[in-house]
Amino acid sequence: MTLNRSAAITGISEIKPTPSADGKTTLGIWTDVSRQAVLDAGLSMSDIDGLLVAPPIVGMVAMWPAILGEYLNVHPKYEDVVDLGGASPAGMVWRAAAAIDAGLCKAVLCVSGEASDIDTFYARRSRKPTAQLPGREFDVPYGPMGVNSGYALIAARHMHEYGTTPRQLAKVAADQRTNANANPDALFYDTQLTVDDVLESPLIVDPLHLFEIVRPCTGGAAIVVTAPDVAKESQHTPAWLLGAGESSRGTLLSQVDDITTSPIAKSAPKAFEMAGVERKEIDLISAYDCYTITVVVTLEDAGFCEKGRGGPFVEEHDLTYQGDLPLNTHGGQLSFGQPGLAGGMSHLTEAVRQLQGRAGDRQLPDCELAFVNGNGGVMSEQVSLVLGVE
Amino acid sequence: MTHQNEYRKPLPVPSAVSQQFWAGLREREVRLPRCRQCEKFVFYPRTICPFCMGVEFDWVKVSGNGKVYSFTVVRRAMIPAFQEATPYVLALVELEEGPRLTTNIVNCDVGNVRVDMPVQATYDDVTAEITLLKFEPA
Repeated sequence: MTLNRSAAITGISEIKPTPSADGKTTLGIWTDVSRQAVLDAGLSMSDIDGLLVAPPIVGMVAMWPAILGEYLNVHPKYEDVVDLGGASPAGMVWRAAAAIDAGLCKAVLCVSGEASDIDTFYARRSRKPTAQLPGREFDVPYGPMGVNSGYALIAARHMHEYGTTPRQLAKVAADQRTNANANPDALFYDTQLTVDDVLESPLIVDPLHLFEIVRPCTGGAAIVVTAPDVAKESQHTPAWLLGAGESSRGTLLSQVDDITTSPIAKSAPKAFEMAGVERKEIDLISAYDCYTITVVVTLEDAGFCEKGRGGPFVEEHDLTYQGDLPLNTHGGQLSFGQPGLAGGMSHLTEAVRQLQGRAGDRQLPDCELAFVNGNGGVMSEQVSLVLGVE
Repeated sequence: MTHQNEYRKPLPVPSAVSQQFWAGLREREVRLPRCRQCEKFVFYPRTICPFCMGVEFDWVKVSGNGKVYSFTVVRRAMIPAFQEATPYVLALVELEEGPRLTTNIVNCDVGNVRVDMPVQATYDDVTAEITLLKFEPA
């Protein structure tokens, strides 16, 4: 089975992340981005017959699709919550395409985002756990710093095995900041960041410094995935799904044989094979970046460089929108912001913008093929996509 | 009892499946479940063997020796009770018998921990009921 050209992203929307909620609610944000994405696709709510929702990190609520569907007056034939952590938005794209390909629906609205800030984020961390999960029993009593320490363990092991350096990791954050400085919607649009700034910022979980770690914020994004006949009528160039692959492992690093190799080593080859596209043909890499190490591991496991050479690779290439290897041209989550799972949708919206020629000052010349990778947990869930215009 | 009242970090809640592990630590032993069918050690304890789908386990005392697979120095904690303990070392330790577990490296300056460093079990009686398994340089 292939999903190559089975559907296209024809509408996108995103609100500028803000450090705090400022009275916004998650449902309010979802409504806002849903309306804008449907309008961007040139559709109305009555055309939407599929609805996928990425659950907010803060606050547990059952039956989100029904709640949002009621609010928008959308009554889907296909609906679900896609709960793959940061990989949820990329996971929504191929699920929507598969549902469309199966004839279940024609226009799937995919929604993410939340009202969050540092206080609500910490309140969630301190909350008494309600479920008896292995991580709660065998990890939490030893004081992990959320997922931060998990990525630190990956980075430390990567440095040990491959000689990766703090300076190489810092380069990822600095290049992405240069990109954010060309994106007025980025949380850190107005602030510069050099490699030395990153290395001089406080160590939080060795070897990761403050500016190698995402911060929680408020924001949201939505996309509309449509069937080929609908896509051909859309007002913007459709961003076709050419290939998709998904792979996962558990959420506890104690259970992972080789923590420096992620399931991207399985998901990315599937996506490229389905797309019939070579790595060297890719014009934009949109790689989930909760931490700098995530990007280095992604580049290796997706096959853009040899395993273990991610450090030298990011040092040898210019990752900015003006460079030879454009990566996360919106700034990535590290500089654009991570408004809950909408952080993972930012890699998609940026890829679509670049493919459609709507990326403003940071527009790449001749951007026809994009690789998008979504990552959830501690590199636990991986969804790789190849998108293209043609 | 004073010690128990003072301990404010999250505690494990032993279950029927894991009770023998925690009971072993109280008695200064690392006991792990070993699958009766494939004879592999399994950690964390669970009701199905992840290697062969076996459902019967023997609890076996292991050496308590291992090495650091990876580690981080936590300098900023999420939970207030841990903030007071910073900086501390959170590590993945690989036991001689195979399984890895999440733990702390103690009795060692945070700057002296290294990947592959040999370590041995040490037992931290954090409350009257719970002992945590930590590791120190061997």
